[in-house]
Amino acid sequence: MEHYLSLLMKAIFVENMALAFFLGMCTFLAISKKIEAATGLGIAVVVVLTVTVPVNNLLYNGILREGALEWAGLPNVDLSFLGLLTYIGVIAAIVQIMEMVLDKYIPALYSALGVFLPLITVNCAIMGASLFMVERDYTFGESVVYGFGAGVGWALAIIALAGIREKLKYSDVPNGLRGLGITFITVGLMSLGFMSFSGISL
Amino acid sequence: MAGASAKQVLFEPIFSNNPIALQILGICSALAVTTSMSVSIVMCLAVIAVTSFSSLAVSLVRAQIPGSIRIIVQMTIIASLVIVVDQILKAYAYEISKQLSVFVGLIITNCIVMGRAEGFAMTNPPLLSFLDGIGNGLGYSIILLFVAFFRELLGAGSLFGITLLPTVNDGGWYVTNGLLLLPPSAFFIIGLGIWALRAWKPEQVEEADYKMSRHTVKEAF
Repeated sequence: MEHYLSLLMKAIFVENMALAFFLGMCTFLAISKKIEAATGLGIAVVVVLTVTVPVNNLLYNGILREGALEWAGLPNVDLSFLGLLTYIGVIAAIVQIMEMVLDKYIPALYSALGVFLPLITVNCAIMGASLFMVERDYTFGESVVYGFGAGVGWALAIIALAGIREKLKYSDVPNGLRGLGITFITVGLMSLGFMSFSGISL
Repeated sequence: MAGASAKQVLFEPIFSNNPIALQILGICSALAVTTSMSVSIVMCLAVIAVTSFSSLAVSLVRAQIPGSIRIIVQMTIIASLVIVVDQILKAYAYEISKQLSVFVGLIITNCIVMGRAEGFAMTNPPLLSFLDGIGNGLGYSIILLFVAFFRELLGAGSLFGITLLPTVNDGGWYVTNGLLLLPPSAFFIIGLGIWALRAWKPEQVEEADYKMSRHTVKEAF
């Protein structure tokens, strides 16, 4: 239990997807002008990550990994080179399914998320989490915790940035820095702040 | 952009319409690989190769792709190309591919590749799309190399692993700036880089969302 808790804390704070690995930056910068939008996107990312990382974990350990097809009489087959294609397919499919399920059963959440759901397919944070999961050899239980933690960390970062940017628009920024430039520097300062978590060991 | 000339298509994305500085695309996988020049160059070559060939391939089959499933088709083309690049790197540059770790795979979700396939290659002939892919790849590379140059030179005192500024640890005079090897510095360098680019090309400056009214003194009546 303690092991899972420390993995969760590590995924949320120490190895924050957005601020320590720069993943999901495109949407991170594009959709952080308003807190409501950022919150909606954050929730969507948490949900998608919590589902896709474990599913990819099952696929990797059950089919793609070297020797995983032993039950089918093919002990020497190594399909791990197909990994990238599989993960992106799984992510696209799950996002699509989620969109249909939400539309049918929870229309309020569906309309709140709006265009963000399809955008999530090309969010590098989702793909990145799956690749990290493979690289670090997580078990199924760990991959559930890691997926959830990575999502929460990303959501936390985008909501915090949106909060700062809402205030920032009232400040008098030099012309060339206005918009994107000052946002980059803000994110840099946030990332500096998040680095203080790296001293924590659970 | 139907009548754009080849030269325009190739060179416009480098400064005037830079994918990172202006379109906010493809920053995702870029920044983490900029701690050293040699790693960034490999990353740039990989991205240029994927962008140009995926644009070429998408453009070749653009008339056959049904509109409703075009995203999936583009994704599959891009993912296959990235797998090829990944396998080549693993075979011929194993050390560097270890350093790039997951970021080669993340080229798939790099918005530049997808954006050019969807925005340009779907409506333009193959050769032009190929050049457009190279141009956007170069625009991305310029920013990446710019960031890597400062990070490696000031952070570790070397370029391409060759020591230029002898560091104090090795008996030299240069005190390394450790911050530049950490993630936040990449954000600062890009932010300042964008400032420099916009000071040079003022038409890229964004409109302010909010204008402060002038401070005026009113008499109280």
